[in-house]
Amino acid sequence: MAFKIVGSQCTSCSACEPECPNMAISEKNGTFVIDPAKCTECINYFDEPQCVAVCPVDDTCIIDNNYPRYVA
Amino acid sequence: MASQIISLSSIATPNNGVDLDEIMQQKAEHQGCGTSGGSGKASCGTGAGQGDLAPEIWEKVKNHPCYSEEAHHHYARMHVAVAPACNIQCNYCNRKYDCANESRPGVVSEKLTPEQAAKKVLAVASTIPQMTVLGIAGPGDPLANPEKTFKTFELISKTAPDIKLCLSTNGLALPDHVDTIAGFNVDHVTITINMVDADVGAQIYPWIYYQNKRYKGREAAQILTDRQMQGLEMLTERGILCKVNSVMIPGINDHHLVEVNRAVKSRGAFLHNIMPLISAPEHGTVFGLNGQRGPTAQELKALQDSCEGEMNMMRHCRQCRADAVGLLGEDRSAEFTTEAVMAMDVEYDLESRKAYQSLVEQERQATADAKRAELETLAGEQSDVKILIAVATKGSGRVNEHFGHATEFQIYEASASGAKFVGHRRVDLYCQGGYGEEEALETTIIRAINDCTAVFVAKIGGCPKASLEAAGIDAVDRYAFEYIEQSVIAYYRDYLDNIRSGAIVHGQRGDAEIRQGAYIAA
Repeated sequence: MAFKIVGSQCTSCSACEPECPNMAISEKNGTFVIDPAKCTECINYFDEPQCVAVCPVDDTCIIDNNYPRYVA
Repeated sequence: MASQIISLSSIATPNNGVDLDEIMQQKAEHQGCGTSGGSGKASCGTGAGQGDLAPEIWEKVKNHPCYSEEAHHHYARMHVAVAPACNIQCNYCNRKYDCANESRPGVVSEKLTPEQAAKKVLAVASTIPQMTVLGIAGPGDPLANPEKTFKTFELISKTAPDIKLCLSTNGLALPDHVDTIAGFNVDHVTITINMVDADVGAQIYPWIYYQNKRYKGREAAQILTDRQMQGLEMLTERGILCKVNSVMIPGINDHHLVEVNRAVKSRGAFLHNIMPLISAPEHGTVFGLNGQRGPTAQELKALQDSCEGEMNMMRHCRQCRADAVGLLGEDRSAEFTTEAVMAMDVEYDLESRKAYQSLVEQERQATADAKRAELETLAGEQSDVKILIAVATKGSGRVNEHFGHATEFQIYEASASGAKFVGHRRVDLYCQGGYGEEEALETTIIRAINDCTAVFVAKIGGCPKASLEAAGIDAVDRYAFEYIEQSVIAYYRDYLDNIRSGAIVHGQRGDAEIRQGAYIAA
């Protein structure tokens, strides 16, 4: 289970990349993407998902419903 | 764009936010923001140069266009956009906006890696020998991207050791990086401080990201102000010159900035730069969308004047882009795209840079000498008449620009104590829907310098001269290619003589508009 980044809204500011505790975020074709296999929704790391907390554009880092929620 | 077209009478009578009388009253009570703290008078050496600055301070600021008003006529700076990430959200900033024709902080056309930035610095330094300062100002926050920022400093300090390094931050992460900053011999750090009261801050900052958590509202603003004050104190303890930038937001922090001025002065800040809010709906910022207006020219000047006393105020800031290149009034960034820079065969020639800069020093000295000589002719003058004069210049401290080619006018206040730079007005063409080009130019310029008694130009055509005369502005070309300050003093002396002889009647001018919004003419 994972978050995803809405590519059309991503400003490519890179703020999320170093904050991800799972190194799941990388740059691809000018915006940033989350590897769903690595994302743990920051569960067991932080109280809130770091990409959501740092992203300057609201509703850009969102839950990807194509995957079941992460269970620690 | 009908919202841009404002009648002069509406400008002259601001109906919300700032009350000029009240600010002037505060000034009288406050005696120029003097405090008992700090380390004596912090001066930016405005006017004739070194003034009362200690030699070691003067050495640090004399070639820095952002720290010395006098230097900004002669020396250039560049910013490299290596720091895209930010750790706070401000209501006057929208990171999605990027237009090559737009000039304001937080906006860039392309982001650079530290290696690309280092190459660009060498390319610019070789092309523009008076470029003395490299700053990192975003487009996010340099200290929210510490690896990229410090890698860039490391590369440049190796290849171009004569270039001064500086950075501009919101201060949230500053206390964590002060020692690294000092380690790179960074002499100048700018902190943007818009408030020292969390209730005010909550209206400016919707959130901050701090220690892996998003904080909102008052709590966010309290953390931010605590970190900013701590960072400022740590910098001044280490002898790093600190400039404080504040955005004047009428109705939100305009009165409060007098308090901010006291707070930063008492913590040893060197220079305070109060800038007008830039806010237009097309920027997509919170303030742009909710109709928050910026200050008028007189509101801004009244606040700057009220904070000037023990501490010098910066009035020559052009609120430039995070990738600006050139003298403060110009932007040559379009010449130095990454593509162009990577194709350049750059040879860094320190000797020719030094030779060029020594010529600049001679010119600078001549300017100061001319001003001093002219000032002596005002000795004993008691008049309390003050007038503003707009000047068309391309730099070097001379009246050397054609009226029709000017993209900005520099504003000088002439009084019995001499000539003082008090600001600048951008007049580049921008969307004026419905107006013919010439008419738009003239109305735009008259609005921008409506508070001035005269405008000094190298040359001016008959039509615009007549339009200016009709608006009560004296268009003067007899000082073409002369030194600005010397000319301002000479004009003022003649002006007083004309009042005494009854040839003219001195009257109060109106307010003027601070240019807002994107400009469309390339």
